[in-house]
Amino acid sequence: MIEKLTHTTVWVLDQDEALEFYTQKLGFHVHTDARMDDFRWLTVSPPKQPEHEIILLEPGPPMMDDESAEQVKALVAKGILGAAAFETSDCRATYAQLSERGVSFLSEPAKRPWGTEATLRDNSGNWFSVTER
Amino acid sequence: MRDPIPVYIHLLRAKDMIDREYARELDVATLARRAHASTAHFARSFKQAFGETPHQYLRRRRIERAAELLRGTGVSVSEASLEAGFHSLGSFSSAFRELVGESPAAYARRWRDANAPAIPACFTLMYTRPTGAPEPSRQTQTEQSSRSAATRSEVASPPSTMKEAQSR
Repeated sequence: MIEKLTHTTVWVLDQDEALEFYTQKLGFHVHTDARMDDFRWLTVSPPKQPEHEIILLEPGPPMMDDESAEQVKALVAKGILGAAAFETSDCRATYAQLSERGVSFLSEPAKRPWGTEATLRDNSGNWFSVTER
Repeated sequence: MRDPIPVYIHLLRAKDMIDREYARELDVATLARRAHASTAHFARSFKQAFGETPHQYLRRRRIERAAELLRGTGVSVSEASLEAGFHSLGSFSSAFRELVGESPAAYARRWRDANAPAIPACFTLMYTRPTGAPEPSRQTQTEQSSRSAATRSEVASPPSTMKEAQSR
């Protein structure tokens, strides 16, 4: 049987800038930053989940033809794609800390039946929930 | 055609500003400045990118925010109207009715009786902005299907109201 989800892909517009955002702003750790010729395998992990790798991937050839890559980039840049939900033990403190670092939020922390939740945007345009349960 | 990505990045800043600051006075000039665009050019490129004008987007965001309050909290219709940035209860009620398909009071009653499901708020933010269409193109969607996607997105709106979507 399948036991775990280990990797998640997040499409980004620029790997260098995404790396800076995910490490310097969000506080994630670099898991792997490796190159095979032109291909850069770049993954980061949330601080308390070092075994889960978020793959920061640029849309492009040979996986995608140029036209498809441009379409995916456009969707990312337009903020259409929502990638995932992050967990925090203190949503308001995390909101304050990340806002201070210049992270853009779409919604401020608000109480929900299951906890407190805010929505942030990464520097490429992907949106994420930040939830305290 | 020049690379649209940098334009989208700027436009998204203005769109995010609407999502975040919907309750305050937001005119096109303010939003255009956020997107580093001229006022005239901004509204046009916003519509090209997102399929509706900044004003339409803001109006639907306000109604979505008000609907969330009516669903999940005990606020009155007039409180929800103020919280969402409407100046008058009358304009709120008619916008709500037009976009959602029922009055704010009826909507609140229905959801309080039914208990709104616990869907993470970032998803309701993204997926429950009402699509009830004031535009005249609702009956002509299939006729437009042969036209280009870009053209279509400027005129078409999804046909279902939120009420229809929920009852499926």
